[in-house]
Amino acid sequence: MQSKKKIRVLIAKPGLDSHDRGAKVVARALRDAGMEVIYTGLRQTPEQIVETALQEDVDVIGLSILSGAHKALFPRIMELLSQKGLTDVMVFAGGIIPEEDIAELKKIGIKEIFGPGTPTETIIKYVLENVPKRA
Amino acid sequence: MTIFDEKQIKELKQEQERWEKTTLPKWLEQCKECKSEFRNHSGILIKRLYTPEDVKDLDYMRDLGFPGEYPFTRGVHATMYRGRLWTMRMFAGFGTAADTNKRFKYLLKEGESGLSTAFDYPTIMGYDSDHPMAKGEVGVCGVAISSLQDMEVLFDGIPLDKVTTSMTINGPAPILLAMYVAVGDKQGVPRTKIGGTTQNDNLKEFFAQKLCIFPPKPSVKLTTDVIEYCARHLPKWNPVSISGYHIREAGATALQELAFTIYDGIAYVESTLERGLKVDEFAHRLSFFFASHNDFFEEIAKFRAARRLWARIMKERFKAKNPRSMWMRMHVQTSGCTLTAQQPLNNIVRTTIQALAAVLGGTQSLHTNSFDEALCLPTEESVRVALRTQQIIAYESGVANTVDPLGGSYYVEELTNEMEQKAMEYIQKIDDMGGAIAAIEKGFFQKEIADSAYKYQREVDEKKRIIVGCNEYTIEEEKCPIELLRVDPKVEREQVARLQKLKRERDNRKVKETLEKLHYAAEKDENLMPTIIEAVKAYATLGEITDVLRKVYGEYKELIII
Repeated sequence: MQSKKKIRVLIAKPGLDSHDRGAKVVARALRDAGMEVIYTGLRQTPEQIVETALQEDVDVIGLSILSGAHKALFPRIMELLSQKGLTDVMVFAGGIIPEEDIAELKKIGIKEIFGPGTPTETIIKYVLENVPKRA
Repeated sequence: MTIFDEKQIKELKQEQERWEKTTLPKWLEQCKECKSEFRNHSGILIKRLYTPEDVKDLDYMRDLGFPGEYPFTRGVHATMYRGRLWTMRMFAGFGTAADTNKRFKYLLKEGESGLSTAFDYPTIMGYDSDHPMAKGEVGVCGVAISSLQDMEVLFDGIPLDKVTTSMTINGPAPILLAMYVAVGDKQGVPRTKIGGTTQNDNLKEFFAQKLCIFPPKPSVKLTTDVIEYCARHLPKWNPVSISGYHIREAGATALQELAFTIYDGIAYVESTLERGLKVDEFAHRLSFFFASHNDFFEEIAKFRAARRLWARIMKERFKAKNPRSMWMRMHVQTSGCTLTAQQPLNNIVRTTIQALAAVLGGTQSLHTNSFDEALCLPTEESVRVALRTQQIIAYESGVANTVDPLGGSYYVEELTNEMEQKAMEYIQKIDDMGGAIAAIEKGFFQKEIADSAYKYQREVDEKKRIIVGCNEYTIEEEKCPIELLRVDPKVEREQVARLQKLKRERDNRKVKETLEKLHYAAEKDENLMPTIIEAVKAYATLGEITDVLRKVYGEYKELIII
């Protein structure tokens, strides 16, 4: 049973890339779908993102990156989440991420990766179906 | 000089009413129109048919004029592409300066006519390659330039008096321009002969590209420093490329792109006039940069309206006397955000249509995107196809044979009028808010753009907009058919090592001296170009110079608007 509390999602932009159109559209779509959405703004370090996730007690983190720095930044975020004991937070990602990197990112615990052209409906549905159950 | 007289228009109107009562209903009965209403991206309602009645008030001399003459609707040059084709300027940069130098030479060999440099994120944000924030980003989305040493490698074997170079750099524009000038000095090229463009449009950063380093006021001050310095010392340099492209890519409509870009231009003219320059001393060197999206006629109308609007503003608002001050010269890039990762070869077709709109709209310079750009940076093959697209339009299609071939089209003229008029309404609104910086601080631009981006995505999700291969005509289990360009992680290690070696071996006392001088000049609010040129020549790095300015100006904190 899903608790009645609203799903809390953190949409985060790690690294230096400034393309926030997708992140903002996804944030707004999730909010319109009834979730509570926190958006970090641009240029967050992995430390800042994990700290916000902890402070805001989120169920889900959506990472958006188009700069190609995902291989340097995502593993660090996953490592910090596990250090802080946030292992039950579901993490998904979006942006420009080559297909050949996807398996590797899933191996470190990123649940799903949405490429360019993904309808927002698909992301909403995925979050609703995969959000970790609250105690 | 109106083209149609009232009597003729009246007769025409009667004829149209007859047509609407007799011929049209029969057709509509047999073949229902596929949408209840047709709108372009700007939300302008498109009519079924345009006739002279739609442009009955068009005054040829007032609204169109002849090419090369005010208001320049039909082009800034009298003969346009018959005299000289647009500059084919492909945006390029990745890896180290040496990698990009190789790509530059490849593109010149393949027939491009100007260079355009893409810098990596650390460079754009004013960080050296060894800064902690640069990790994973060095040379990935552009070339890494931390010092004059990198710039020397970037232009090795490329004579700066023979090519013009555009540099997509904003916050650190004075620093990169200083490095370019220093390379020119070393090559023995007189500063009066160095030609090119620095993007240097800091205002749009706050609501579109969002690569802001300093707060708005010092950012505009730096933009203005470059405008002033170029007016006095680099007569062939375009100090700023007032950029709608990023406004559009962030989600704005064509109309918002037009209005907000022109407004940024107004703000730079004002800031430079405040320095005491006369409008005709610098306005002829202001240049513009727009996107070309999918809606063919909307884009053509936008380019034509932009030229006319700018000419009127320069003449009426700023009292320019020299016709060249009223010229809007533009670079156009086909729209990156329209490219799909699905069925990437379709992007060649999209780019062709967008490039054609730019040419029919009368651009001076063009970049065509490569078909793989929704997936990675372009490979040699994909960038060659993109360049060939321009060459085919230029040499095979015949569209360059006459000036402004769509001038006089009822539809295009009506749309041009409507774009201009609606852009003027936005300009009035921003004036009433107190100008560009005030509008940024209120979040006005940010909100307008976010709303349009969301609306667009909803339309795509709901299939009100068809994106071929993406939300319609899709292929199940699509396999990526193309080779991707990957930047080797060793680029970062090598770049960092080179930079650290430079920092050990240069004359560090001299570096310290020039940086202190810069600090002093920034506090005194002087034009910083001369001191920055001195600092880069002493091999002070981009990060060190930016840090001095960060100390004086502070850093920008993003206004978050979803």
